[in-house]
Amino acid sequence: MTRHLKYRLASACALIALLAAGPLRAETTLSFLIDNGPDTLVAAEALVEAYAAKHPDITIEIDQRPGGGEGDNTIKTRLATGEMADIFLYNAGSLFQVLKPEQTLHDIAGLPALANIAETFKSVSSAGGKAYGVPFGTSMVGGIFYNKKIYRDLGLSVPKTWAEFMANNEKIKAAGKVALVQTYRDSWTSQILVLSDYYNLQASVPDFATQYTANKAKYATTPAALKSFERLKDVHDAGILNEDFGAASYDDGLYVLANGDAAHYPMLSLAIGALQQNHPESLADIGFFAQPSDDASVNGLTVWMPPALYIPASSQHVDDAKGFLDFVGSVEGCKVLMGVNTVQGPSLIKGCDLPADVPPAVTDMLPYFKDGRTAPALEYLSPIKGPNLQQITVEVGSGMRLPADAAAMYDDDVRKQAQQLGIPNW
Amino acid sequence: MIQSHPHSRKSPYPFWFFLPAAVIYGVLFLVPTVTSLWYSLTRWDLMTAQFIGLENFRQFFSEPFLVRGLFNTLVYALVTSGLKTVFGLLLAVLLSGQIFARGFLRTVVFFPVLVSSIGIGITFTVMMHPTRGIINEALGLIGIPGPGWLTNPSLALLSVALVDLWKGVGLATLIFIAGLATISPDYYEASRIDGATRRQQFWRITLPLVRPATVTVITLSLIGGLRSFDLIWAMTQGGPGFSSDVIASVVYKQYQAGFYGLSTAGNVILFLLVGIIILPLTFWFNRREVDQ
Repeated sequence: MTRHLKYRLASACALIALLAAGPLRAETTLSFLIDNGPDTLVAAEALVEAYAAKHPDITIEIDQRPGGGEGDNTIKTRLATGEMADIFLYNAGSLFQVLKPEQTLHDIAGLPALANIAETFKSVSSAGGKAYGVPFGTSMVGGIFYNKKIYRDLGLSVPKTWAEFMANNEKIKAAGKVALVQTYRDSWTSQILVLSDYYNLQASVPDFATQYTANKAKYATTPAALKSFERLKDVHDAGILNEDFGAASYDDGLYVLANGDAAHYPMLSLAIGALQQNHPESLADIGFFAQPSDDASVNGLTVWMPPALYIPASSQHVDDAKGFLDFVGSVEGCKVLMGVNTVQGPSLIKGCDLPADVPPAVTDMLPYFKDGRTAPALEYLSPIKGPNLQQITVEVGSGMRLPADAAAMYDDDVRKQAQQLGIPNW
Repeated sequence: MIQSHPHSRKSPYPFWFFLPAAVIYGVLFLVPTVTSLWYSLTRWDLMTAQFIGLENFRQFFSEPFLVRGLFNTLVYALVTSGLKTVFGLLLAVLLSGQIFARGFLRTVVFFPVLVSSIGIGITFTVMMHPTRGIINEALGLIGIPGPGWLTNPSLALLSVALVDLWKGVGLATLIFIAGLATISPDYYEASRIDGATRRQQFWRITLPLVRPATVTVITLSLIGGLRSFDLIWAMTQGGPGFSSDVIASVVYKQYQAGFYGLSTAGNVILFLLVGIIILPLTFWFNRREVDQ
């Protein structure tokens, strides 16, 4: 009997000793959820490492999720069930609004870094007048990537109007090259000609975004908006596309642009990161210009905002998570990002200038920003984006559906999103 | 007598023996089914659900690509089920005969069933590439210009159905082989003595007697075809455009877009569709069996 008791006492003592020998200092572990892009991971790791050097008591564990629609669902489900990581990366703009930030996220008002973050970014990562996110990366733009070597060889110059652009395409085709690459295997890439045309659309209909959100302006009945869909038909009907446009993937598109088989690829500037990773030697020959309109005096860039880092309302370590967000939003954090990640446009953090050796495609963008010839993409001005746009643009771009029909179909498609968000007047 | 009064006989097991199974069935099957019926009547964003009556069903049926998806689902189910039944039976007859390396050939036919649909989908997508795919390159060698298997809107769905046939015919064959094995060799012997040809034997003996297997194959492959999703998603994602969309892929896209109520309504429709087609079919098959 006494022996039994001794055993029990001994094991209890051992247990207490074990517990006491645990962490001497209060250490915090933060979870950090990012998407599964290889360049995202590199950037996140660099930030975490730099932060850990300054704050040894905080450990940040990175976790990855899928991208695209599947990723959207992961985020929404984890937020709804209160199981979100302490910090997570997600889009700003219309996708951010869908998360119902005021219910699910922790606002970061008063964060010192906010003072230095560009107003354009804060406006797309705020809800109800409160800021929720800090930018993860530089701003991005949509437009046309082109192969400078082909332009030099054929004596072409950067087009200022759509007609000049199509004339260039004809010359390139005559020279036996692919004039314009389209990659509908990855259907999201088919939207770029429509979305990047927004600068031109807002130049002729300045209040389109407001009217569109209020269910008054429609793609089908606004000629300048319909034009965006007509561009896709134009390039298809002109016969200037790569033969396998229906089966080619995003990577195929970058490959033929990089190796000089193709001259133009309409794409977001996030492609610079992928080019850097897969075809670094080609970057010197890749340039960039805005999607031209019919009028040479209207020539500017449609701008996308980078994703942001957010803190969910369910986080148990709000203060520590805020510390990390403050670091990412600071000039120091911005420099860390620029050190590992390709710059895709101007920075959104004041005082964080671009390095001197940016690729030519970025240099080509800067004049537009300098002259103020930029406009945010529609998804940052209106919370409504129809989920089927990419299928519809594949149809127009493959000659399966006429632009007017497609625009009307898209107008129907956005209705569901507006109703789901509970926007008045729908 | 005992059969006709099942309740009068006391079960040898106490009632609570059924509880674990009942709880699992209730939690994993009954509760989700009932809640999904409820959510299909709401506008749901995972956090709040607003009751909107039958609006989701109205919306679902008013979508232009849904009608297409419904039609495609039926075409896909009929094509894959029909082809699997025909080819499954023919392969089973072949592989039940006295042929060289029978066991090995049976394994070869069954093998694709074991491979993941996603893997098969990705592989065939590469092979069906219009200019660089091995299929069109092979056709090019003999002077036939191959079509855009997955990029031609009128071909895409059928191309996927053919891959589905390749993947699923092994299971149909296996069921038919088992069915054929139950047919007594006496029938064949007797008919041979009576002078029946091989063709007559097939139509008069094999086909009628392998009926239970045929019913199983048709029912299983029809249900599989109606709710098919993985292969289509891996190969075309419903594209180009909406041309190879089936109900399941439309539902998945609604779900991806965050229309949770709408996609739940889509699943309820799919559930009803499968029920409407399969229940009478099973009933009809079973009655025919009794008649015989």
